[in-house]
Amino acid sequence: MTTSPDPTNPATGSPTPTDETFTKILEPRGASRLPLGNGAWRQLSRKYVIGQVIGYVVVLLLIAAAVLTLWLMFEATWPFIPGGILFAIFLVTLVVTPRQARSIGYQLREDDLVFRRGILWQRMVSVPYGRLQLVDITHGPLDRMLGIAQLKLVTAAASTGVTIPGLPQRDAEQLRDTLIEVAETRRTGL
Amino acid sequence: MSDLDPQPAPLEQASAPPPAAVRSEMSDGEWHRMHPLSPLLRGGLTLIVIIGILVANLRDRLISFFLPENFRYGEEDPVDFVLQNGLAVQAIVAVAVGLVILIALFWTAWRFHTFRITGDEVEVRSGVLFRTHRRAPLDRVQGVNLTRPALARLVGLAKLEVVGAGLDANVKLEYLSTRNAETVRGDILRLASGHRTKDAASRPASAGGPLTSRVTAGISEIIDGVDDDGAEPESIVRVPISRLILAGLLSGSTIWFVLVVVAAIVGLVLQPIWIIPALGASIPAAIGFGAYAVRQFIKTVRYSIAPSSAGVRVTFGLLTTVTETLPPGRVHAVDIRQPLLWRWGGWYRIRVNKLSGRSASDASAAQMGDVLPIGTQADVERVLRLLLPSLSVDAAMLDAGLRGPREGDGYVTSPARARVIDPLTWRRNGILVLPQAVLMRTGRLWPKLTILPLARMQSVRLSQGPLARRLGLAAITGHTVMGPVNGTIESIDHARAYELWRAITDAAVAAASAESAQPTDGNAVEVEWPEAASVAPPLAPPAPVPPLWVPPAPPTSPTEER
Repeated sequence: MTTSPDPTNPATGSPTPTDETFTKILEPRGASRLPLGNGAWRQLSRKYVIGQVIGYVVVLLLIAAAVLTLWLMFEATWPFIPGGILFAIFLVTLVVTPRQARSIGYQLREDDLVFRRGILWQRMVSVPYGRLQLVDITHGPLDRMLGIAQLKLVTAAASTGVTIPGLPQRDAEQLRDTLIEVAETRRTGL
Repeated sequence: MSDLDPQPAPLEQASAPPPAAVRSEMSDGEWHRMHPLSPLLRGGLTLIVIIGILVANLRDRLISFFLPENFRYGEEDPVDFVLQNGLAVQAIVAVAVGLVILIALFWTAWRFHTFRITGDEVEVRSGVLFRTHRRAPLDRVQGVNLTRPALARLVGLAKLEVVGAGLDANVKLEYLSTRNAETVRGDILRLASGHRTKDAASRPASAGGPLTSRVTAGISEIIDGVDDDGAEPESIVRVPISRLILAGLLSGSTIWFVLVVVAAIVGLVLQPIWIIPALGASIPAAIGFGAYAVRQFIKTVRYSIAPSSAGVRVTFGLLTTVTETLPPGRVHAVDIRQPLLWRWGGWYRIRVNKLSGRSASDASAAQMGDVLPIGTQADVERVLRLLLPSLSVDAAMLDAGLRGPREGDGYVTSPARARVIDPLTWRRNGILVLPQAVLMRTGRLWPKLTILPLARMQSVRLSQGPLARRLGLAAITGHTVMGPVNGTIESIDHARAYELWRAITDAAVAAASAESAQPTDGNAVEVEWPEAASVAPPLAPPAPVPPLWVPPAPPTSPTEER
């Protein structure tokens, strides 16, 4: 792992791949999918899936508990309809999560950062380094326990919306430092 | 400043702006107060409400005052109560004390509300108990808006809003006399773009003058329009009232209005059971459409756009006049549209995205997007040249963008297989990447051309949903600052889209670094207008901007421009 990223070549500052992270981007199968392009993609920590699954299971349990409480205590049957819909939505999300996590990746190119995600709905965003206004790292209690963090890139456009979840904490900090340093050297007007 | 100054000037002496750059004595680096009438206007709404309550309570008494014969009013009002209980003296004292307190509050608020313009920033201090101190660094100023609400115009006042970069980052100067506001605005803009005027002749700001002459001046001004001191060139687009009315009648809301009326007539003829609720719903809708149309009309009347020494200057509004100045290079996206029925007149409308610096909750934020409310193609061409000086705008380019496709126009269009989802527009749907900007055109019935200057592009997105994947298509979106313009082009061949996405990103990086290496200091507004005279003979071709300033030496090194 390099300690001082070279601002002229941000690719050297990107974290070194380890077993900790996924290694292959999951793509849609269709022949006319969006190409991945050249260069290595960095991916999320495998622990990200664990965190997401725990989160969704808790939500599912809460929904079930709320509906059952209403039914057993007040003999109300109507909560089964909204509760059932919510339960189904979160269940589908839970099932899809591991695949989705493997579709998320980012790439540090010479002048921009490329972020991709999604299988059914593919999305690739490129953010020139000079446009970065700030880089945010957040990690909740569960994230801290798992040693992962979420990185958010903020530009002057609200619609940019690049949020990289579930990075290994060390990678996240290293990436932030690299990005800030590179952004500083290539700063342009708004 | 007088020795009554509630807060002595801070010890560290702020650098006064260079005297050559300012014309108003208000921008000399010292603290100044707002116009003495401003607390009244700022509290204007409250005052109207209080007067309204008083009138409502004393209505009967007022009526009987004017109708002296035995006009009876039944219920007791507060005045009767006071008179019957012998509390007249106390009541008068209470009212007097209340008035004095009110005036004292206004007076203190006024004394504590000060501003100053230094060589580096614009600062405003206000509040008595809770002091607020706002500054706008001049190198971050995105523009200065001059707004003249109807009430303030009557007494000859205006408010200035210094637009900063960021949400809710604006500094407001409420209120200054109109003449002062105009010169201060010029000063701020000139300082912001680092201009040094050769002409240092300071002109005296208008003296206060008695209120009556102010009101007459205000009224005559409402009729005549803002009296500029002649330094600013004339508007390059003139919108005749007849065209405004026609365009309003042909706009989208009118179509809906007609549909509602037709539905109502059909309903009355057929008289089905649901006619009553349907009519009940359509009447408020009709009123809403009418109010919208009238508002739109009032807003766009007396529109003008002109190049000035500090950027593009846009003015509009009949009752509340808004003057906005966009420094060069602050336009983040441009959108040219033609509503369905405007095709008949060949009219277009231009909107832009720019940093407005207002908080999202600000109600007036939406109105600032229109740069050209209605104009012919020639008008569009002139306005575009003003807004995007780096782009070579000509008739052929506009023709391809607005009416295309044309042979060999260079646009990458949708493949024929996009017919399934875009039966009408697939031939026209297209994107063109130039070194300075990305052009996206779409829409057959509602033609639309979006221009995204590459130097302002924040990020680029390439996306594809399941249906688009089946058809081998993809969409490209250029992200800019918030605003009415949305730069998305759908249904481009997926492989081409990927190449374009890469090309746009690279071009954006190149454009941004080229710009920061060579700051465009307002030279941008010096544009040639060869055919302006031939296109619109009644309007005099804008006089070439006299070189008010020498090309400035940038105050800081170019790399520090953020």
